[in-house]
Amino acid sequence: MTAIAAAATVAKPARRLSSTTLALIGVTPFFVFALMFLIFPTIILVFGAFVDQSGNPTLNNIYKIFQNPTLVDAYVVSLKVSLITAVGGAILGLALAQAIVLGNLPRWMRPAVSTFCGVASNFAGVPLAFAFIASIGPRGLLTLWLSDYLGISLRALGFSVISFWGVVLAYLFFEIPLMVLIIAPALDGLKREWREAATTLGATSLDYWRHIGLPVLWPSLVGSTVLLFANSFGAIATAYALAGPGFNIITIQLNNQIRGDVLHDQNLGYAIALGMIVITGVSNGLYIWLRERGERWTR
Amino acid sequence: MAYLELKSIKKSFGPVPVVKSFDLAVDKGEFVSFLGPSGCGKTTVLRMIAGFEAASSGTIEVDGQEISNLPPAKRKIGMVFQAYALFPNMTVAQNVGFGLKLAGYPADQMKARVGEMLEMIKLPHLGDRYPYQLSGGQQQRVALARALAVRPKILLLDEPLSALDAKIRVSLREEIRSLQRQMGITTIFVTHDQEEALSISDRIVVMYEGAADQIGTPFEIYNTPKTTFVASFVGTLNLLEATVVDPGLSRLSIDGHEVTTTSAIAAAAGAKCSVALRPEALALGSARESDRNQMIGTAEEISFLGAVVRIRVRFGAHAVSIDTFNDPNTPPPLRGTRVAVTFRREDLLVLESTGRRPDARLVQLEPELA
Amino acid sequence: MKKSSLGAWIAVVIAALYFLMPLVGAAEFSLRMIRGIYSFEAYKVVFSTVFEDTFLFSSVIALLTIAVSVLIVVPTVYFVQLRLRRLRPIVEFITLLPLVIPAIVLVFGYIRLYNSSSWLPLTGSVMATNILLLFAYVALALPYMYRAIDSGMRTVDVRTLTEAAESLGASLPTVIFHIILPNVRSAVLSGAFLTFAIVLGEFTMANLLNRPVFGVYLVDANEHSPYEAAALSLIAFLITWACMGLMQYFGRDRRAAKPGT
Repeated sequence: MTAIAAAATVAKPARRLSSTTLALIGVTPFFVFALMFLIFPTIILVFGAFVDQSGNPTLNNIYKIFQNPTLVDAYVVSLKVSLITAVGGAILGLALAQAIVLGNLPRWMRPAVSTFCGVASNFAGVPLAFAFIASIGPRGLLTLWLSDYLGISLRALGFSVISFWGVVLAYLFFEIPLMVLIIAPALDGLKREWREAATTLGATSLDYWRHIGLPVLWPSLVGSTVLLFANSFGAIATAYALAGPGFNIITIQLNNQIRGDVLHDQNLGYAIALGMIVITGVSNGLYIWLRERGERWTR
Repeated sequence: MAYLELKSIKKSFGPVPVVKSFDLAVDKGEFVSFLGPSGCGKTTVLRMIAGFEAASSGTIEVDGQEISNLPPAKRKIGMVFQAYALFPNMTVAQNVGFGLKLAGYPADQMKARVGEMLEMIKLPHLGDRYPYQLSGGQQQRVALARALAVRPKILLLDEPLSALDAKIRVSLREEIRSLQRQMGITTIFVTHDQEEALSISDRIVVMYEGAADQIGTPFEIYNTPKTTFVASFVGTLNLLEATVVDPGLSRLSIDGHEVTTTSAIAAAAGAKCSVALRPEALALGSARESDRNQMIGTAEEISFLGAVVRIRVRFGAHAVSIDTFNDPNTPPPLRGTRVAVTFRREDLLVLESTGRRPDARLVQLEPELA
Repeated sequence: MKKSSLGAWIAVVIAALYFLMPLVGAAEFSLRMIRGIYSFEAYKVVFSTVFEDTFLFSSVIALLTIAVSVLIVVPTVYFVQLRLRRLRPIVEFITLLPLVIPAIVLVFGYIRLYNSSSWLPLTGSVMATNILLLFAYVALALPYMYRAIDSGMRTVDVRTLTEAAESLGASLPTVIFHIILPNVRSAVLSGAFLTFAIVLGEFTMANLLNRPVFGVYLVDANEHSPYEAAALSLIAFLITWACMGLMQYFGRDRRAAKPGT
């Protein structure tokens, strides 16, 4: 028996070593994949942003962005679209999620709405753009219906589906459902007992949301808004198909740059990409910082 | 006059009746437990008192005032939940002070009251902690302080101990009881644990399928259960089926053994009825006094529980459990030996047949072969 | 407590109007191919053209994406949960990268890194570009696949299952692919359907890599026949819907066991 115990103690370190080696072999494909298709491609862009065509270090590429009013404008429009659709999508999505999670609606409602949200949040891009053109475009169903029956002309109101607000309206089609999908589990995390305990202590519905509901949801709300922001910021297909390659947002600019349609300055392209990574990176950093500050009360 | 009065409270969810005509009068300062299995309606009654569920009919009065139509926030009723339900984003002190803050207490008075409450639950130094930094028992004490800080008229406790470890459960229930006595607050306590209800309450309401099966002191409930359900749910009772031999002489037959009871027998000769025997009312060995009932059976299983030895004895289709104190000089019988079991006439309880079968799980010693 | 349901109904009805409007618009438009009457002509034309080829191409890429994702993610999640706990923050950070780095930036990096004169000319031939697109889609699907499988594996006791299987003499690949994988099947499937839907609607990457996927075909279709494009949009929506329905169905049993926060 002592011999067996001794053998076991001897065997153990050797065995653990081999199983750790095995584990490392098992995760190797993941890390190779991550390096090849996530990290190196990003590094080469970031690196390229700081060198000139012949490989000498320079800040000129970044300087060129600020010199180019079209590019600056593209960043600004992208930021505006992303901010508006992120915040708007977050608020409207929260309202819809709240309705299906806490609104005392019939039971079948929730799975139906969440399935639909799964569909709609993935229904971005080209098909979505067509659907919007077919409904509120110049010859769209709703446009015609409004002018035929109610005498309202969308064009006279200054609305065009291929404008800034048309793009915002289309982006909301996938941003709101995405918000519903992310925030619904967080709403489930609000325990019924918290509301009931608050109520027995004399709280109104408003008191409850102000002191408990919103503070508890806050980290999830900020996190989802940041995700929505990145989602809008990186989107291209919807705007491209809706408003065409001339719509001035940064993704379309980068696309044109890659296609070589406009300037054919590789390193300027790297700098544009760097700017996008910086913006989404900063927004995520902001989220982490806010969460650290706001979540003193969680583990 | 009763302080809290429930008058023919009924509740259905759709077509399903959950609470069937429930009446209860609780005196000021009284501690009443609702005891029953899950789904018996005890929590629903509690939630109707709190105002989270509206009764389908009936009225609820507190101190002579009807509160049935008041919203929960206006009822001045404190509640403690099973899952603690502390607000995770607030410190202990903020949790306890929440109700005071809403009521518009000035800061200094609020601070004093919170301090007083934390002192009372013996956690004066934990005011700045967040709930996740507390143990379950501490969280539940804070929840209790939070409910009591606003001086509610009635305290409702919804299975407040079920989520805790066995040891803390016992110490906290004693603490709850002493706080309750100290403050003189009328309290309703919901539990499915019979030991908890027996140890803590002034009175117990045993609930089954949406109705009160029996209301009484712990002593009454334990010693003279009225129905088969109460008998099976409270304590580890032996439930047996007997045949009436002579109702006039109170003679019954259990598996061919003729026995006498002091309970009244409503059924006619030849009819079946349910009888109950407490394990601790049974003794091994031949009857010395002539008025003791005696039955002979086979020792089937012996469990040594420490101070108590539990012996299962089989008589034909029935088996009973017998609890005897451990005696170092008298070893328990061996498995398979024939033993005599005796009991006093007054310990043989004849139960009302309620027409409802108790949950089979709860009838701990019902014959398996039936 | 009834009062709150009125607001909820209003929210749902407004949402329904907003979300149904483009769909109804597209449906109505797709039926108008023949002037003056409603017909299914656009759908007939769609099904008689190269739609099938492009749809097949997208579907094959999607299935391969799922297969490669599973092969990469399942062992990673398994070993990170079982033996390499310290790697978890790094692995989670990496799986979130595709949500932070826009797809167009990633594909730009690929084009520069794997151009025809580079050390690994993945854009050099059609086959190699298809492989590059496949890996690009694996990257896009990574956050969803990883989360689905990670939360699925948390609900089964990986350690006990492994020890039980090893004590019966199972080799490590057997443990992972015959014991663990079947136990997280519903999680893998729900991630798989989401991946399928993402790949089917993808446009940006395929467009820049010049691969004839469904999304690219759709834009081309619009140029010569907007009616066909509307019909295709609707078909895409229905396919996405089917994927999500299947995902909900397979993801359901997992939701019962709530992961701790």
